[in-house]
Amino acid sequence: MSTQSALPNETVADRTLNTRALRADARREELRLLALLSPSLLLVFAIIIVPVGWLFWLSLFDETGALSASNYARFFEQASYVKTFVTTFKVAFIVTGACVLLGYPLAYMLSQLPRRAASICLIFVILPFWTSVLVRTYAWLVILQRKGLINSWLIDLGVISQPLSLANNFSGVVIGMTHILLPFLVLPLYASMKTIDTDCLRAGMNLGAGPVATFRQIFFPLSLPGLASGVVIVFVLCLGFFVTPALMGGGKVIMWAMRMEQTTSLYSNWGAGAALGVVLLAVTLALLGLFQWLLGARATGVWSSR
Amino acid sequence: MSGDVGLPILHRQRLWLYALGGLILLFLIAPSVIIVIMSFSDSTLLQFPPQQWSLRWYQSYFQSLEWRDATIVSVKVAIMTVLVATPLGTMAAYAINRGTLRFNGTINALLTASLIIPVILIGIGTFFLYARIGLNNTLTGLVIAHTVQALPLVVLTVLSGLRSYDMNQERVARSLGAGRIAAFWQVTMPQIRFSIVSGALFAFITSFDEVVVSLFISGGETTTLTRRMFNALRDQIDPTIAAISTCLIVLSILLLSLAQIFGRRH
Repeated sequence: MSTQSALPNETVADRTLNTRALRADARREELRLLALLSPSLLLVFAIIIVPVGWLFWLSLFDETGALSASNYARFFEQASYVKTFVTTFKVAFIVTGACVLLGYPLAYMLSQLPRRAASICLIFVILPFWTSVLVRTYAWLVILQRKGLINSWLIDLGVISQPLSLANNFSGVVIGMTHILLPFLVLPLYASMKTIDTDCLRAGMNLGAGPVATFRQIFFPLSLPGLASGVVIVFVLCLGFFVTPALMGGGKVIMWAMRMEQTTSLYSNWGAGAALGVVLLAVTLALLGLFQWLLGARATGVWSSR
Repeated sequence: MSGDVGLPILHRQRLWLYALGGLILLFLIAPSVIIVIMSFSDSTLLQFPPQQWSLRWYQSYFQSLEWRDATIVSVKVAIMTVLVATPLGTMAAYAINRGTLRFNGTINALLTASLIIPVILIGIGTFFLYARIGLNNTLTGLVIAHTVQALPLVVLTVLSGLRSYDMNQERVARSLGAGRIAAFWQVTMPQIRFSIVSGALFAFITSFDEVVVSLFISGGETTTLTRRMFNALRDQIDPTIAAISTCLIVLSILLLSLAQIFGRRH
């Protein structure tokens, strides 16, 4: 009321009074928004930040409780740890490569189909995406094991006389993980392919480029940022994957996450398990950060070349 | 038909692409289809296609106390997770959507952290924390851990609903005298309710299908369905799991269709 009556002959004092009131109002608004956020932030803080920080703290001490780097030095000294890392990266590279080989043609087809057909085909990508990892791993166990579908079919057909060992080993892990992670590559890749301007392709073809040249010189380079984001997501998920290697590795394929579980649950060596987790998180964040940095550079590169 | 794409390439010339794409789609969907068919087999051996049909694996699922208890635990936890994660996620999305906070980027990163941080690390960390405060093997502990995992999905879904909603409508309502809560409830909420429902469905499925964290923090009377399945698969391949898997697949289809229907109406 007082500000309103002061309007016709406003003084400097009134104006500062208004500014102050507005600023106080903005601050109250900010507090209200923070209050809306606080329960979620509190939960994330308690369930993610605190435990991860605690594990980081634990990883800095050895069994006697003395501050040391022994938990990390172990990774270089013990052959079994080195083997775990080699296995993990080998699986990650092969699975990511397989996902690219299968995912790129699929995403390309989806992006070229008429809208209705594409949305029907997309169901077949999204449904597995939302089906439990356990269900899909079980399915692959049934299909690939010694007395499983593939082996019994091949034996019935007379192609092989001895069952192939497809499950409970490296190949089983790779097949199962490729199946589970494929949608993570296809969905972002498809989304980015949909944003490629058809006019660019049409212009290329009008200027005399054949379908192959149009694809190679125009479509493929424009789809690379989407492909890169899919590749990074799949690779990062591979590094920390637990369920499929644990169930399909037959105890022979020890990946990073399994090693963490064994070290903590089986051997109760929290320091070593925590150190594994810290390095895994660091590698994950480094890859994601690198990707963001590269993609930023990449995106401007695409725009400046236009 | 090629007019849809606008390129002078005939569908006929693309047959190889469709064949290849079809095969890859088959690779994606075949395992689920095979499991559904096998679940109706009469044999303890894994034959495909089955020689005899029966519902014995469904019987063995529904009659087993252990499986039933585990299912009840999972359903309870999933429902409670929805009830906690949906309002919290909606509140957070509303605040983020205003975009006026100084640390919006950091807040966003924090809320979506559980999508990025390796889940095994969350599992071990949560177990370690819960061991100190006595929340391991409790429903409360499971609900809290699952809520954190479901939050980013609710936030992202509701946020996408809010982005296509004009916040000025709420301002108008408030300038006409509606209180904050009344304005949200009567003006904003009805227009974003389908996004909220989709978010709730995603929260349910996230909790119900969660394996790794539950493996660490559930046990005894609070063993979740996924934990029991994981342990059963470690020992042997029991065809009962095919019946359970089929139920889970049907549940996924149901929830996804609902989310799709609500998404379209939005």
